[in-house]
Amino acid sequence: MLSYILLQEPILRISLFIACYNDMLFPETGKAVVRVLERLGHTVDFPLEQTCCGQMHYNTGYQREAVPLVRRFVEIFRDAEVVCVPSSSCVAMVRDHYPKIAIEEGDPRLIEAVDALLPRVFEFSELLIKKLGVEDVGAYFPHRVTYHASCHGLRNLQLGDAPLRLLRKVRGIDLVELKNIEQCCGFGGTFAVKNADVSSAMLAEKVSAVLNTQAEVCTACDNSCLMHIWGALHRQRTSVHTAHLAEILACDGASDVISNGTERA
Amino acid sequence: MRKNAALTQIGLHPQTAPDFPAAAKGLLQDAQLRKNVRHATDVIQAKRALVVAEQTDWQQLREAGRAIREHTLEHLDFYLEQFEANCQRAGGQVHWARDAAEAAQMVVALVQQENAREVIKIKTMTSEEIRLNDALEAAGIHAYETDLAELIIQLGKDSPSHIVVPALHKNRQQVREIFAREMDLPNLGDRPQDLADAARMFLREKFLRVQLGVSGANFLIAETGGVCIVESEGNGRMCLTLPETLIAIAGIDKVVPRFQDLEVFLQLLPRSATGERMNPYNSIWTGVHAGDGPKRFHVVLLDNARTEILADAEARQTLHCIRCGACQNACPVYRQTGGHAYGSVYAGPIGAILTPQLQHMEHAQSLPYASSLCGACYEVCPVKINIPEVLIHLRGRIVREHQQGWSKLNPENLAMQVVANIFQSRTRWEAAQRLARVGQWPFVRHGEVIERLPGFLHGWTQVRDLQPVPPQSFRSWWRARAEQASTVADTGSRKSF
Repeated sequence: MLSYILLQEPILRISLFIACYNDMLFPETGKAVVRVLERLGHTVDFPLEQTCCGQMHYNTGYQREAVPLVRRFVEIFRDAEVVCVPSSSCVAMVRDHYPKIAIEEGDPRLIEAVDALLPRVFEFSELLIKKLGVEDVGAYFPHRVTYHASCHGLRNLQLGDAPLRLLRKVRGIDLVELKNIEQCCGFGGTFAVKNADVSSAMLAEKVSAVLNTQAEVCTACDNSCLMHIWGALHRQRTSVHTAHLAEILACDGASDVISNGTERA
Repeated sequence: MRKNAALTQIGLHPQTAPDFPAAAKGLLQDAQLRKNVRHATDVIQAKRALVVAEQTDWQQLREAGRAIREHTLEHLDFYLEQFEANCQRAGGQVHWARDAAEAAQMVVALVQQENAREVIKIKTMTSEEIRLNDALEAAGIHAYETDLAELIIQLGKDSPSHIVVPALHKNRQQVREIFAREMDLPNLGDRPQDLADAARMFLREKFLRVQLGVSGANFLIAETGGVCIVESEGNGRMCLTLPETLIAIAGIDKVVPRFQDLEVFLQLLPRSATGERMNPYNSIWTGVHAGDGPKRFHVVLLDNARTEILADAEARQTLHCIRCGACQNACPVYRQTGGHAYGSVYAGPIGAILTPQLQHMEHAQSLPYASSLCGACYEVCPVKINIPEVLIHLRGRIVREHQQGWSKLNPENLAMQVVANIFQSRTRWEAAQRLARVGQWPFVRHGEVIERLPGFLHGWTQVRDLQPVPPQSFRSWWRARAEQASTVADTGSRKSF
């Protein structure tokens, strides 16, 4: 433990962008992120003015409505040393769309602020692997786990095996590969309600792949996919839990997403 | 099921098709169709993956393909005129059609000029786009499809469900039934060889008899005036060489500047489309030649909203498409529903962006929403069309259209405005969180799960549960922790004094 702290100069001040839906629906994920980053010796800061990155509006076609949210995000995190976001789709929104939105707004100050901010914004697993260079965060999680690669993490952020490298270093874990890992779970934001039948058909396949692993926990870097997958796992009365990657990495034997009642519903 | 049956019996038309969610709902009930689509797309994807992996410069090839397409579209006027001049110099005739109806009428007039009552066709999605067979039929001219899949579709009175493999939704046994019935072959077997033999016997006589061929075009070569067609069955080669007259129909987006550019596209296209290193038949037809092939050669250049697409800087990349169908095979939505749900000959992700634009955004407005934005299409696209980006852009155009006048009162717009407003203020966001926590009680069962939601949210709870809003948000926890820390710090500092 001490060794990483010693090797891990410099100690960073990490600003957390929790994502609106995590703030309201999945507070355990945020707590876990704080626990992991503090355990690694960093300081975590949570600017209370933060709300939403604008992804839902932007992707549904309400691009104009997303602009004030983009400005707000950029303003709040302008001076952050590093921004950590435990939601791959929000990072994809920021990284892939903010520069374009700024250009379309024709505001040179916004363009400049976005350009300056982007290199400091990291998805949670990306922050650990790429920025902090750690794989072993000192976690202990004696359960069978499978990892779902969310589309935005897989394709937009190109996270590759970063989350799996973190999971492989967790003590006691029995990590099993999810078949057709590159396949979308069918969430897609408003897609899940606008095209509920197709979304359900996609979800049915994902859930059967999860069940085939006989995992106790399905994890991911995005709670929106997990909310979707959990929805079917729970409806079908299976005993499989879902937990954000951070929640597994935060477990150190003293707490556990399965036995300590921090699991979902 | 009735809706589904109707969908596969009549021609697809974006102006009359049901919206995507409704059409998909019907097709999702057809287990056989879903199994066929799944099997076929799996096979093609596996083949593609192998031949793409062996091409070490695949990403550079994609980039080259994208760059050539982008350059061509930027100078489309120049290259089209160059193509026209070179095609005519070689003895061909070029006709310009503003829209689908005009193109179809031009072809009908050209056929009538030859006093022909029958034509043989190579698979061409552009002719499906302009509904050419219907126009010919109305003029008393019978068109014979000579591509095996298109023959299956034509004999089965069906519609294409894929741009490369139009009969992908049918399996061997279903094809056997159609052939046995329509060709009057009661003892026909269902081995691929039996079916190919039956088609060959059926078509051979048409190839030798019919004097007029209709084709599409994979590429129009501006530099030479040549038309390039790639295919797998050899029926195309027959149609290009045997008839007296050949009419090629091509969208104006099909032009490439130089002969040399085919080097890039003839590597990208077959690997992406059918998982082959090269197509078995690659034909390039340039004008007319005495004693060799058709004596008369026409090219109908079709606009049909393409110049409008060109004018939209964000959506222009739609026209990069070389019609390989890789996005369809990779799309998890297409793989569930098959192509007919899209109500257009252009199905799947490319159809979701192309079809509404071909309809001037007046029809097929549900298509840009028929995607989870997973990005699998962009990943496999050989010319790097960022389909998710175009989908989002088109959604924006649709939303802005529905924000005009009274229609701005639509529930989705109102909800989105309210939520956007909430997110613009910390106070409002925190109040909304509290309100949701209190307001959810009628839906929460046993204090732990939401199993039924009203209105459009019902789509979620039809197969999924939803976890209720927990008692403490992350921000409340954070604030409590910060307060506790400062109390501890205060107590600590007081003690030290």
